[in-house]
Amino acid sequence: MSNQPIIQVRDVAKYYGDEPALAGVSLDIMAGEFFSLLGPSGCGKTTLLRMISGFDVPDRGSISIDGVDMAGVPPNRRPTNMVFQSYAIFPHLSVAQNVAYGLKRLRLGRVETKRRVEEALALVALEGYGGRQPHELSGGQRQRVALARALVMQPKVLLLDEPMSALDKKLREQMQTELRRLQRAVGITFVLVTHDQEEALLMSDRIAVMFNGSIAQLDSPEGMYRRPVSRQVASFIGMMNFLRADIASIDPSGATVNIEALGSALLPGVSVGKPGSATIGIRPEMLTMLYGDHATAERVFRGKIVDTEYYGDLTLYQVRIDDTATVVTVSMRNTAGRPILQAGDRTRIGWGAESLVLLDPLESAK
Amino acid sequence: MDQSQRAPGGLIFYALVYLLFLYAPILLLPLFAFNDSAVIALPLSGFTLRWFDVLWDTTALHAALYNSLIIAATTSVLSTCLGILAARAAARYPIPGKRGIVGFIMVPLVLPEVIVGISLLVVLIQLGMSLSLWTVIMGHVLVCTPFSVAILGAAFNNMDASLEEASMDLGESALGTFRRIILPLAAPGILASMLVAFTISFDEFIIAFFLTGTDATLPVYIWSQLRFPARLPGMMALGFLMVLMSFALLLTAEYLRRRSSRLISGDEAEGASLFFDAASGMR
Ligand SMILES: Nc1ncnc2c1ncn2[C@@H]1O[C@H](COP(=O)(O)OP(=O)(O)OP(=O)(O)O)[C@@H](O)[C@H]1O
Ligand SMILES: [Mg+2]
Repeated sequence: MSNQPIIQVRDVAKYYGDEPALAGVSLDIMAGEFFSLLGPSGCGKTTLLRMISGFDVPDRGSISIDGVDMAGVPPNRRPTNMVFQSYAIFPHLSVAQNVAYGLKRLRLGRVETKRRVEEALALVALEGYGGRQPHELSGGQRQRVALARALVMQPKVLLLDEPMSALDKKLREQMQTELRRLQRAVGITFVLVTHDQEEALLMSDRIAVMFNGSIAQLDSPEGMYRRPVSRQVASFIGMMNFLRADIASIDPSGATVNIEALGSALLPGVSVGKPGSATIGIRPEMLTMLYGDHATAERVFRGKIVDTEYYGDLTLYQVRIDDTATVVTVSMRNTAGRPILQAGDRTRIGWGAESLVLLDPLESAK
Repeated sequence: MDQSQRAPGGLIFYALVYLLFLYAPILLLPLFAFNDSAVIALPLSGFTLRWFDVLWDTTALHAALYNSLIIAATTSVLSTCLGILAARAAARYPIPGKRGIVGFIMVPLVLPEVIVGISLLVVLIQLGMSLSLWTVIMGHVLVCTPFSVAILGAAFNNMDASLEEASMDLGESALGTFRRIILPLAAPGILASMLVAFTISFDEFIIAFFLTGTDATLPVYIWSQLRFPARLPGMMALGFLMVLMSFALLLTAEYLRRRSSRLISGDEAEGASLFFDAASGMR
């Protein structure tokens, strides 16, 4: 990965009727990075990808790839290649002919073409499959053919539109790991469209979360998970407890907030926003159930378990905080010797101010 | 619940009578084609191949056959080319008033051929054109193109648009994509369209009757021979051969059409007999 942007999207908008499918999106994608566009169905991910690949034309704004403005450049002359959601394997051509499809125009000669095709098939672990017909392949193998067919062109950017959505869970997880390994191996910039937050967190160097045709947040997986900027992003990525709060004061040491059921806390380093009402988020795994009377934490509250969900490796508890109506979700790993508590049991929960997230700080100014 | 649906007896009887009514006249053809008698009447009087020899020796018939083959071959190519253009445009491009335009192309399917024949004749005479094989070809292209559009429309509509995009994405031009992806995938449909158009044109009588000049087509020739009772058994033999050929061509076409939709969409053709229905509706 370098710090050189390979794709620059500037204020790109697309309207279908009066509805914006994209409402002025700007972003830079760096050379060699694994970049994901993540968002719910209909938020404009495919639309943006198709504009980068040249299949759709923006109504406004510009896209440049490797420093060249792409306005008016058709898909067949862009340094991008695409892996389609349906894979779009040519049904009348063998696997090898599919992979060699784009090479034909380069007139490399038979020997070189064959070498490159075999190299590409080896890259996706399909050695020896060149002679197969597409209908003789499984879903996962078809996807690999689509990958090989795109990679053999040695594009500057590989675009992938939900390439894993047609695979079953097991195969999907396997392909996610392989795709990540492949991207590191070839060093090509990957732009992945997905609506699966785990997939995005697992694979990406950076993620852009989109809602309604705009980018809500652009961050690393860790940054996205730890410091979501809005309630919408926070609830889209992982689980989050939302608590009402008042910002009492903001000074250089941080923001002092009064949180419902938890009391007052100092959020170090928070300097955006104004005094007023706000939303505080805390992840279920940042709340720790304290076993035994001597265990302690920076801050502690007492509560009663109202529900228990057992997932094998972890357990989710719904805990009602004493003297309030507030129920929070607590996630605990089921490590050796830890009992599974049941509804009705009383418990103590530890937490720390550093794991609180101030959400929509600008919203709270209103 | 799991009792399979069975047609009531009356309905089966009706279907049998219907089929008999439809095909009995055709079944009479081979009967009299091989019958050793110059009179078309029962009872049969013995087996002979003599009427086929008669066909072999009639040179006027050969000229008519030659004309019909030329017309049918040219018509099948022209109407299939027009069909490719129209069906492709209808399948891919957002044309304003598309449904109306396609409907307009399909109109000759339901127009009485007498009307088409007479109108074309009037127009051609007004234009001062003389009647020839070409005028028949024009008329036949008019009635065959709707069939081509229907067959090819199915082929193009079922094609996954992302295949074309994938081809463009891999650096191929629009023309190259058409040649390397669209044509091969549509090839069975194209062949089917050519066979159907050929068969329709080869058998067509009314338009040919109005628009031929001095060069009769095969059906027109047959019609002209019906005035001579002695020629009847020969015409029976000829009719028998034509029926055989039509069946062979249409069966091949249907086979190709199904193969094409299997190739393109990976499953069995829906509306299994799209053009058979249309074709029988036209007779
Ligand atoms: N050709 C089109 N005509 C009209 N509206 C369209 C068209 N293509 C997309 N849209 C609309 O634009 C919006 C964004 O569509 P897009 O396909 O980019 O969504 P997406 O984020 O890829 O969703 P998904 O996860 O379901 O694939 C949607 O509201 C969609 O209805
Ligand atoms: Mg999409």
